Amino acid sequence: MEIHKPIKVALIGNPNTGKTSLFNQLTGLTQKVGNYPGVTVDKKQGTCRLSINQTAIITDLPGTYSINPTSVDESIVLTSLLNTTDKDFPDVIVVVADIENLKRNLFLFSQVKDLEIPIILAINMSDQMDRKGISLDVETLQKELQTEVVLISARKNIGIEAVKEKIANCAKVSITYPLCSINHKIDGDYFKQLKAVSPNHTLYELWLMITQNNFPESITDEEKIKLLEFTQDVSMVKRYQHKETIYRYQQINEILKRTYKIDRTKAKDLRGKLDKVFTHKIFGYVIFFGVLLLIFQSIFDWSTVPMDFIDAQFANLSEFVTKQMNSGVLRDLITDGIIPGIGGVVIFIPQIAILFLFVAILEETGYMSRVVFLMDKIMRRYGMSGKSVIPLISGTACAIPAVMATRTISGWKERLITILVTPFTTCSARLPVYAILISLVIPDKKLFGYFSLQGFTLLCLYVLGFAIAIVSAFMLHKLLKVKSTSFFVAEMPNYKLPSIKNVVFDVIEKTKAFVFGAGKIILAISILLWFLASNGPDSFESVADEVTNNIENSNLSATEVQRKIASSKLEKSYIGIMGKAIEPAIKPLGYDWKIGIALISSFAAREVFVGTLATIYSVESDDDNTSTIKQRMRAEINPETGEKRFNLAVGMSLLIFYAFAMQCMGTLAIVKRETKSWKWPMAQLIGMGILAYVASFITFTIFS
Amino acid sequence: MNTIATLVKGEIGIISEESLDVIPLKLLEMGCLPGVEVELLQVAPLQDPLYICVNGSHLAIRKEMAAQIKIIKS
Repeated sequence: MEIHKPIKVALIGNPNTGKTSLFNQLTGLTQKVGNYPGVTVDKKQGTCRLSINQTAIITDLPGTYSINPTSVDESIVLTSLLNTTDKDFPDVIVVVADIENLKRNLFLFSQVKDLEIPIILAINMSDQMDRKGISLDVETLQKELQTEVVLISARKNIGIEAVKEKIANCAKVSITYPLCSINHKIDGDYFKQLKAVSPNHTLYELWLMITQNNFPESITDEEKIKLLEFTQDVSMVKRYQHKETIYRYQQINEILKRTYKIDRTKAKDLRGKLDKVFTHKIFGYVIFFGVLLLIFQSIFDWSTVPMDFIDAQFANLSEFVTKQMNSGVLRDLITDGIIPGIGGVVIFIPQIAILFLFVAILEETGYMSRVVFLMDKIMRRYGMSGKSVIPLISGTACAIPAVMATRTISGWKERLITILVTPFTTCSARLPVYAILISLVIPDKKLFGYFSLQGFTLLCLYVLGFAIAIVSAFMLHKLLKVKSTSFFVAEMPNYKLPSIKNVVFDVIEKTKAFVFGAGKIILAISILLWFLASNGPDSFESVADEVTNNIENSNLSATEVQRKIASSKLEKSYIGIMGKAIEPAIKPLGYDWKIGIALISSFAAREVFVGTLATIYSVESDDDNTSTIKQRMRAEINPETGEKRFNLAVGMSLLIFYAFAMQCMGTLAIVKRETKSWKWPMAQLIGMGILAYVASFITFTIFS
Repeated sequence: MNTIATLVKGEIGIISEESLDVIPLKLLEMGCLPGVEVELLQVAPLQDPLYICVNGSHLAIRKEMAAQIKIIKS
């Protein structure tokens, strides 16, 4: 039997049409997330079996209302559709529409259709037609659109087989026709001349290239120069675009008049009732605040059990490897470098997954749009947009996806401010640092006999993170002179119950992206740290002899001698030298060179702080010592004062430092990619660094 | 002068032809076209943004934008 080459299929549709549901139904567990070259937008692909000898590779393009892009995500759609020579160029396009908003969905369809690529229209949520009083004449619609139309209900798995069948058939069709001949109704001569530039491209392709300034490889330099001449009169082009839009809607209205009927009396106004509650001037905010509390509560409560479990498993693994392997460099690398490194990433999975779970549910149900609506005016006072709420909430899991989530904000200044302040929100990487420091310096007492003082301190740090984000946003709003036309429009989708499949896939996908994205950096840093701590310049090798010579006549036990050697070794290692070098600068904050080492390594990612201290103290400890990091930190003495190293003043100073400082290379890299310059990540690094230093100094002075 | 911003909750108006040039392309593409009915559904607690239904699309737009889009009250 002959196996056919896979058909390349692209899914296109408005946001909230159930495009992702269809993608999940078609591809199931085969889906993978990659990156589009040059941009950080996720590229979701999966395979789908159409028949015994035919498969399809399905690409889920970002949701958009039009192929004229206004954001990075949307420009992906246009680029994918214009690059006819690209190896991923689709053979078939499936436009996913939603029965309730068919008119607006057909607008996007009409644009895609004019590119003359084989196309299928899948109309989703057809199971709700009766309930909403909608009737649709599919056959007439097929004729009018000259396109195969399938009624589906992606969530209920209805019509999926029909879509597969149509994909297989459609790929064989080679001739397609444009739906709206944009030329004669707008300006016949202009479009005739435009078409004459390149015979290999459709008129609509050429029109998109000049209006969107997006030229694919298939366009020669000569053609490009000619095409650019058509954009000389900017206001005329803009006028033509407006006319094109109106013309398209006229066509669609004509078609729908003959095919689509809606009996409004049948529609139940659940949306209106829910909106009244969720956007109420008091209840609206009360509910939103309640939802936030629920999220944070769950992040802490639900995650402790799996986190403790993961922590214990990695400790066991380390112990197991220690027993199994012969001592040597390789064993040390595995038990002190690699295992704690991986453990340091895996431990965050529960918290991040829980947060993503809530965000996914809130987005799926349509509630998030109501939050945007409620918060827009308030956020605008601080130079942000209602859409900034989502990144700020996501920032409590990880700033990296949060910065990417700012893409939906269309005003550049609003988006930039959101990107700049998002790293102040308390991300989960700060949590282990806070947790260990709080348990070291804050007494385990009850406040008013009920609230735990430690828990209260943690809450204060969260509030502090949000507060400093808002304050700095306000200052940036007043200081930044950035040209930006802020334009805000948000769709308020209908409420729906979240689909478990969509939510689960979304959580898995985002969590995976975090583990493999941030995880790589953290693991690499852990190994590097281990190397820097166990190697040093020339004098490093002779440390052991020196120590032995110095203490030859004292009565120290063998273990104590070992400890002394290890400690001197650390001091003489590369990292010890680095820590010593910055010691004068951090002394005013109450830190010594060992904390200095942890600070340096934290600039890779904050959570490395705990791992580094673990590495430092386990390098210092002998093999029999099984005490935890916390016990070892508690035992640490400041040689100058004879007191505990981690006293209240040092602990508070460190907490403030970690709350304010920009210590995450992953975030810096993402900010660079999203703002397309090093200017803004550098501003973050320096600005937040200075703020952290000053605030920690003040804190240390107050508490000591 | 009547604009979307002068509508009261629940009121319906028709977008006037002269608004074509002030409506951003994105909003046009989402169905906010001259000659189309627009209904004000909700006003956010701080009087801004406005929640409208136009051409079957449910959209939130800011007051400053709404104040530029002229309408004829029906």
